[in-house]
Amino acid sequence: MANYSANQFKNGLKIMLDGDPCTMTDVEFVKPGKGQAFTRVKMRNLISGRTWEKTFKSNESAEGADVMDRDMEYLYSDGEMWHFMEPATFEQFAADKNAVGDAHQWLKEQDRSMITLWNGNPISVTPPNFVELAVTETDPGVKGDTAQGGSKPATLSTGAVVRVPLFIEEGDILKIDTRTGGYVSRA
Amino acid sequence: MKAQDWRPSASIENLRRRAQILAAIRRFFAERYVLEVETPALSHCAVSDPFIDSIEAAYAPFPGGPSQPLYLQSSPEYAMKRLLAAGSGAIYQLGRAYRNGESGGRHNPEFTMLEWYRPDFDDRALMDEVEALVCGVLSLPPIRRVTYRALFQEQLGLDPLRATLSDLKSRARASLDVAMEDDDRDSWLNLLMSHLIEPALAGQGAVFVHEFPASQAALARLRPGADGTPVAARFELFIEGMELANGYHELTDAAEQARRLEADQAGRAALGLPQRPLEERLVSALQQGLPDCAGVALGVDRLVMLALQTRSIRDVIAFPYDLA
Repeated sequence: MANYSANQFKNGLKIMLDGDPCTMTDVEFVKPGKGQAFTRVKMRNLISGRTWEKTFKSNESAEGADVMDRDMEYLYSDGEMWHFMEPATFEQFAADKNAVGDAHQWLKEQDRSMITLWNGNPISVTPPNFVELAVTETDPGVKGDTAQGGSKPATLSTGAVVRVPLFIEEGDILKIDTRTGGYVSRA
Repeated sequence: MKAQDWRPSASIENLRRRAQILAAIRRFFAERYVLEVETPALSHCAVSDPFIDSIEAAYAPFPGGPSQPLYLQSSPEYAMKRLLAAGSGAIYQLGRAYRNGESGGRHNPEFTMLEWYRPDFDDRALMDEVEALVCGVLSLPPIRRVTYRALFQEQLGLDPLRATLSDLKSRARASLDVAMEDDDRDSWLNLLMSHLIEPALAGQGAVFVHEFPASQAALARLRPGADGTPVAARFELFIEGMELANGYHELTDAAEQARRLEADQAGRAALGLPQRPLEERLVSALQQGLPDCAGVALGVDRLVMLALQTRSIRDVIAFPYDLA
């Protein structure tokens, strides 16, 4: 991979730090009128998810990480691995539990997710912002109570449990915001 | 290059506000009988400061002829001091300055600098005048003044004049992830200042930091501080954690000036930085006699950023470096 010097750093650049691929989420050039220049970067470790701030001197450089984001279709899980396919090439990739993380509860067959590959292997899975999933289990709906507040738990087809309004019934299809894990509406 | 790249990064409305501020600055100095001057952007000499890199241009007597390097000036300081020594009296300049490699949210490699000099002022009197100008433009209340030493004690709990190198290192490493192996105290002080203190000043409006460590005097004179330790008669103005102005009760001692230029040159050599011609004419001007004076440089783009409450220099200049 290419080497990048501190003045080439920008948001989204992926570099290797202590053996892990990391992404830059915020890059700031710091230069007092008198004194040396630094580049202050908010980093996120793509394996552990850890975020922190790192300061580079202007003459420092870092090795680029072979990381790319690809849109893929979710196929199935065999209990150990989650399998995805690149629609254009039919190439398949298997992501393990660490890479899938909490995303597993939003994965529905044929939905597209963003898979981050490092050296060709999936290291993280980002589901679409919104998914539509069926309710498999919830307490009976309360008729005529559509405007009132109040909520109850509902289990979805993927096993996820979300808080939903009282009028939701088993079999309803719900729109869920995967970033917050929150109910949006009936689909 | 994309087709839409022809557009300015600043809105026309912002540029109108910018023009009003430039007019207000000129009015401020006209009312105070300070003379506007213009000095060269290109010089045979470059700034000595190891941490300011000059942009080099090539002058040729005819196209394709043998060229000699000229340097775009990183500040008009040397030329303005030559005017002062020649008897100009109080002067100001509102013009472009150039610094290589400086590009970011608060930086553009060419930027607008306001620099002025006041015979018979010291740093305190000049802080008063900076305050009058800045508070007028930004409608600010009176500005707090704190010494560099008190600021470090207040923000970091350490005495910047007494702390050992290892104290400074461990304080920095406690809060920062930085691969720095420097053994220069000022490198660590600058790091603490820019990475921990400036951000802490972000919520505190305007503050003058004055009486810098003697080792950071640049071209300020030294004087004894409260406990007799020498300090630099230098101040900086920070607004919302952004460095806006840097001023000195100016060094007038020619021999000391020559020593500091040579020390900078030696510092450049030690860091493997380019050696560039030193402005010996500044030393000659000081030998002739620079009047007792104070001077300050203020970043005009940043002043406009503050007036418009924006965090990006791109919002206040028509065409930043990547669009120029």
